[in-house]
Amino acid sequence: MAETRTLRVTGKEPVADGVVALTLADPAGARLPDWTPGAHIDLILPGGLVRQYSLCGDRWNPYTYRIAVLREPAGRGGSAYIHDVLDLGEAVGLGGPRNNFPLVPADRYLFIAGGIGITPLLPMVAQADLLGADWALLYGGRREASIAFLENLAGYGDRVQIRPQDRYGLLDLPAFVDGHRPGTRVYSCGPAPLLAAVEQACADLPPHTLRIERFVAAAHGRPLRSTPFQVELARTGTVLTVPAHSSVLDVITAAGADVLSSCRQGVCGTCEVTVLAGEPDHRDSVLDDAERAAGTCMFVCVSRSRTDRLVLDL
Amino acid sequence: MTLPVSDADPFDHDNLEDPGPLHEKLREAGPVVHLTRYDTYALARYEHVHAALTDWQNFQSAAGVGLSNFRYEKPWRPPSLLLEADPPRHDAPRRVLSKIIGPRALHRLRDRWAADAAELVDQVISDGAEVDAVPALAEAFPLRVFPDAVGIPASGRENLLPYGDHLFNAFGPPNDLVAKGAPRAAELSAWVNAQCARDVLDPDGFGAAIWAAADRGELTPEQAPLIVRSLLSAGVDTTVHGLSAVLYAFARNPAQWQRLRDQPSLARVAFDEAVRWESPVQTFFRTATTDVTVGETVIPDGAKILMFLGAANRDPRRWTDPDRFDLSRDPSGHVGFGMGIHQCVGQHIARLEAESLLTALARRVTHVELAGPVRRHHNNTLRAWRSIPIALLA
Repeated sequence: MAETRTLRVTGKEPVADGVVALTLADPAGARLPDWTPGAHIDLILPGGLVRQYSLCGDRWNPYTYRIAVLREPAGRGGSAYIHDVLDLGEAVGLGGPRNNFPLVPADRYLFIAGGIGITPLLPMVAQADLLGADWALLYGGRREASIAFLENLAGYGDRVQIRPQDRYGLLDLPAFVDGHRPGTRVYSCGPAPLLAAVEQACADLPPHTLRIERFVAAAHGRPLRSTPFQVELARTGTVLTVPAHSSVLDVITAAGADVLSSCRQGVCGTCEVTVLAGEPDHRDSVLDDAERAAGTCMFVCVSRSRTDRLVLDL
Repeated sequence: MTLPVSDADPFDHDNLEDPGPLHEKLREAGPVVHLTRYDTYALARYEHVHAALTDWQNFQSAAGVGLSNFRYEKPWRPPSLLLEADPPRHDAPRRVLSKIIGPRALHRLRDRWAADAAELVDQVISDGAEVDAVPALAEAFPLRVFPDAVGIPASGRENLLPYGDHLFNAFGPPNDLVAKGAPRAAELSAWVNAQCARDVLDPDGFGAAIWAAADRGELTPEQAPLIVRSLLSAGVDTTVHGLSAVLYAFARNPAQWQRLRDQPSLARVAFDEAVRWESPVQTFFRTATTDVTVGETVIPDGAKILMFLGAANRDPRRWTDPDRFDLSRDPSGHVGFGMGIHQCVGQHIARLEAESLLTALARRVTHVELAGPVRRHHNNTLRAWRSIPIALLA
């Protein structure tokens, strides 16, 4: 059993100008944690850089994840590293998957993608189609050559409208959302100006109709640590060292702590432990953003520490 | 290697009374055994049960998790949106319910349930040293706390156990157990369905939270009552027999009770160890979505697969001295709650109920032992109890 969760890069290919797609797999070929459309993972790059990427592959294949990464010249180095340095066979760390952008049940979906914002929407489109829902995708980008995954969308016919800006100008959002019918959900992901325009175009629609995902840098600018840290079991005062390649769960249960676990993937929530001091590095799929920020509990099967020491209520 | 076959009936009364010998036979026969009587494929080893539970792509639930194959047969009730669903339809109900009854959400119930458990234990002890643990504790505690937590009205709650009993029987073959429950099935279903409506549910309960999710568009209004129904279907009998299992385990192993008394923080471990040891949910079926290879056997597309959770939880390939109830064991990874996307969404409720009750008992009771002959209750899916007379020494 892998003691810290890593993925190996098993595929890397350009899918548009400035966009590479990565295929990631468990180093031992095990199943990866399940996910749903709209989910993202934390990719933990060497040096502890954390970047979030939407999963855009096929969840009926449990052995690989697929993500697509836009080179961002003004970015903080994550995309440049992935484009220029990260090689086939290399290992990266995994957090999640988590889903803050789930596809809710509906009879009709309108999807609006801008550029790399297509990534969470790709599996949604596939799912809407699988379910026989009425759906349409409006997909903009600067130029046709910068628009990724056109071949994945080619089979959907006129449900998909590709609108490169150099030929069509800005997306005609009012026309796309016009004729709104009750029960429609509008999903959009892309750059901030697009999302603002989408919000404006949907302003008169019923509440909960529009669902958007903003790409925001993780709240923590600081890199994650990849060095050992200490865990203190508060009730006994025992202090343990968690090596870089061991899970907190394994270290504390080996020392006799009565912590149950079950899935060992950060999904089921069984191994919740109260954190009394220190700052957890959450890698689970359970906590929402507010709970993560609160830092008062952690799932020790996958989560780690940002600080030199964690004090646990054990 | 040819596929081992067996004409055993896992649902006959001898096997329901004591499934151990059949489990061992199936485990030792091979990774897959063809059960000729039902033309179904049995998995009884931990490795293969665990793999089938997690592999929802090849082992689907939407064709029914009982013997009945919904590809060809009409379900006796509208299928569960959780238990009897596959992705993508499974996604939204699972997501919503995972949050509402997830580990974080249950913290607010801790103190109240601890107080309820203490009160129940005080009352049971004051009624006399000898009690039948099944009605007095294992049924009484969940029935006291869980329907309130869901938020259903007070009247008619006596319908919950018979409804669950029939539901879990109905996952098996149409045998005498199903026939026995059939006359009341429509009436009990109608009562349960009536408890799922928005206007009868307490605004503070899990049920109202499900409806609130529908208001936010996370579910459709049609889905909400069926998800409330899942709580009422899957959340009562299972915990009753889980609590029975742990009480029986302690009564049979008084030294383990001393261990819990010495270290009350073992309450959760004790419950999960009992769930491993007894496996209150013994079996569930899956259906092959394609020709699936398990071991050297190809299970054909559309075939029913019977997973013996109870056998997997006592597989000596996975567990040392598996027949022993032992608090020094780490029971983590047992499949008593299932595994994967369909893993019991209420497992944290079950654990909190058990922790509340065991902690209250451990505080008051110095010694526990069997006080008379125990009696099983036969159910096609559940390892169930009718009576566990125990002596509680304060």
